[in-house]
Amino acid sequence: MIPLNWYLWLSGALFVIGMAGFLMRRNIIIMFISIELMLNAVNISLVSFSHFLKDMAGQVLTLFIIAVAAAEAAIGLGIIIALFRNKATVHVDEMNEMKG
Amino acid sequence: MDKYLLIPFLPLLAFFVNIIFGRGIIKDKAHWVSTLAVISSWVISIITLSEVISGEVINRDLYTWIISGNFRVSVGFLIDQLTAVMLIVVTTVSSIVHIYSIGYMHGDKGYYRFFSYLSLFTFSMLMLVMANNFLQLYFGWEAVGLCSYLLIGFWYEKKSASDAGKKAFIVNRFGDFGFGLGVIMVFLTFGTLHYAPVFGSVQGIAGRTVYILGYELDLITLIALLLFCGAVGKSAQIPLHVWLPDAMEGPTPVSALIHAATMVTAGVFMVARCNPIFNLSGIAMDVVAITGAITALFAATIALVQRDIKRIIAYSTVSQLGYMFLACGVGAYSAGIFHLYTHAFFKALLFLGAGSVMHAMAGELDIKKMGGLKRYMPVTYWTFLLASLSISGIPGFAGFFSKDEILWRAYSSGNLGQILFIIGVITALLTAFYSFRIIYVAFHGSFRGTHEQEHHLHESPKVMTIPLAILAIGAIASGWVGIPSLLGETIGIEHSDRFGEFLAPVFGGRHLPEGSHSEEWLVMALSISAGLLGIIVSAIMYLRKTDLPERIGKSFSYIYKILWNKYYVDELYDLIIVRPTLWIANSVIVNVTDGRIIEGIVNGIPAAIGRLSHGLRRFQTGLVHQYGAVMAIGAFLIIVLALLWR
Repeated sequence: MIPLNWYLWLSGALFVIGMAGFLMRRNIIIMFISIELMLNAVNISLVSFSHFLKDMAGQVLTLFIIAVAAAEAAIGLGIIIALFRNKATVHVDEMNEMKG
Repeated sequence: MDKYLLIPFLPLLAFFVNIIFGRGIIKDKAHWVSTLAVISSWVISIITLSEVISGEVINRDLYTWIISGNFRVSVGFLIDQLTAVMLIVVTTVSSIVHIYSIGYMHGDKGYYRFFSYLSLFTFSMLMLVMANNFLQLYFGWEAVGLCSYLLIGFWYEKKSASDAGKKAFIVNRFGDFGFGLGVIMVFLTFGTLHYAPVFGSVQGIAGRTVYILGYELDLITLIALLLFCGAVGKSAQIPLHVWLPDAMEGPTPVSALIHAATMVTAGVFMVARCNPIFNLSGIAMDVVAITGAITALFAATIALVQRDIKRIIAYSTVSQLGYMFLACGVGAYSAGIFHLYTHAFFKALLFLGAGSVMHAMAGELDIKKMGGLKRYMPVTYWTFLLASLSISGIPGFAGFFSKDEILWRAYSSGNLGQILFIIGVITALLTAFYSFRIIYVAFHGSFRGTHEQEHHLHESPKVMTIPLAILAIGAIASGWVGIPSLLGETIGIEHSDRFGEFLAPVFGGRHLPEGSHSEEWLVMALSISAGLLGIIVSAIMYLRKTDLPERIGKSFSYIYKILWNKYYVDELYDLIIVRPTLWIANSVIVNVTDGRIIEGIVNGIPAAIGRLSHGLRRFQTGLVHQYGAVMAIGAFLIIVLALLWR
């Protein structure tokens, strides 16, 4: 049987990759995908804990996250399209109107 | 009761009607509203007088004005002999001035405003004289001050006029501060402000003393002197006389009504009204008498050399008010009120005559630029002459009876009185001199103004000359109700001093002066000869030897300069009061209190918040990555902390 640690390492690695992508890339689509990656990294850790602790709550929560992520993806992509139509770019550094 | 209510409230109604509808609807018909109201008041006042003569005295509270603890004041009316006389003086002169103003103010763009202020003034003055308590008196006192301010600064676009208005108001503040303290002292002492209980129990506190700042002061003297402070301000006595000559910046009918006949006499009225208080304090009485006498002489000497026709009459008013206080100070209140009453007629006449002259001369005030006006404006000349004869104390005219009464009372009241009597006689001489100086310089001789002015010269319209004629009758005949008994007996009239007898109940019965008949005749002769001498000297100087005034002015140039500059009182006040106040205002208040402290707080708080937000704004870069990084670091720190905490 694969030990819990491996799952957690995978989850952590995915999360860090997602976070690195979010922080380092300038393309808003890539950043958006990175966020999805982080969400799924969390899902992996939740499911694995659920399996090892014999508690279904973690898996239920994962389903919730998937549902929420779907909604979030719809809204997020909508926002990105709206932004793209206005600015004709997907480069986030050019979207700085809210600068104080 | 209803009838008496109408006396003050009709003018008040006229004020409201004119001030609300005057600009849009009534416009140049404003005089109808005000004049009809005040004439109605006059008619009711006459009826009231006849009732008071038949012995009816009304003292009734209308409604409770203020209740606060044991402080309880009503609005009420006291209509006794003194009030009745004042009602007649106020409403008569006010009516005449209203009618005169129809002609004088014709075409002025503030026409409706002028009449509404006149009505408001009439209301305030009537409330003042009809009050039955000190607070209502104080209300009227301040309200007439307000109207005086509004009317002096009536032509507010002229800087000198608005300055004069402010000066009148501020100088009166000094007096009214004392008056206000006096009213408070009355309340603290008697527990009420109504005349009847105060005057009823005043005997009981005679000799009581109070400690103020470690000094033991006689309570009655303190109250009397504080009240007298107010009278000094309102009636323009030394040292607060400076506002009255400047008040001549207002329209001339205002000078006649407010600054000659009514408001300025409020001080005399108040002292007479409070006679039970003043009677108990010998010191206060002496202060009143001496202030009056000094003011009378002081103002008369200034009037000798002034050239502005209205200012000469204004100083003459100050001087005559001094006479009235002199009378009150020696205990001859009825003589003081008698002079107030006759003075109202002849002085209002002098002012309205001066207004008529100004009307013809296109606003010229300098008598040196007039001359020979007698030919062009006969009605003005004759009425002015009658008023001058009256003020000079020529037998038969109103001024003679009242002035003679005052001088005789002063003479017969003891040693101090005899000194005051001498001052009074000298003042009478000076009064006759400067009054006839106006006549001789302005109305006789040849015209000295510009050709254009001469072409313009004309007699004033009937609406102005008829009031002059009515007042001239008053200037002659108003004194006939107070012929001294001695004179009355000689010409065969019983009870000739009806005025004194009429007022006797208010002043606690008649106090006939001690003195022999020969002394009284002597005083009378002195008073007449002083007046005649003044007229003769004036005639010599200004008709015969016209170079004489200039020669005298040159040889006594030092005295002339002092008199011309009014004893430098204005300059003195400027130096010791105005400039230090301005200095404090500019250097301390503006720079330190306002500039540093208040502006420091008011501007400092926003500035601090601004600096803070300026710093915080740096975080809001608009770069999504930085936000993300901050979030990541924050989450990391929270996790680290959460782990470490365990």
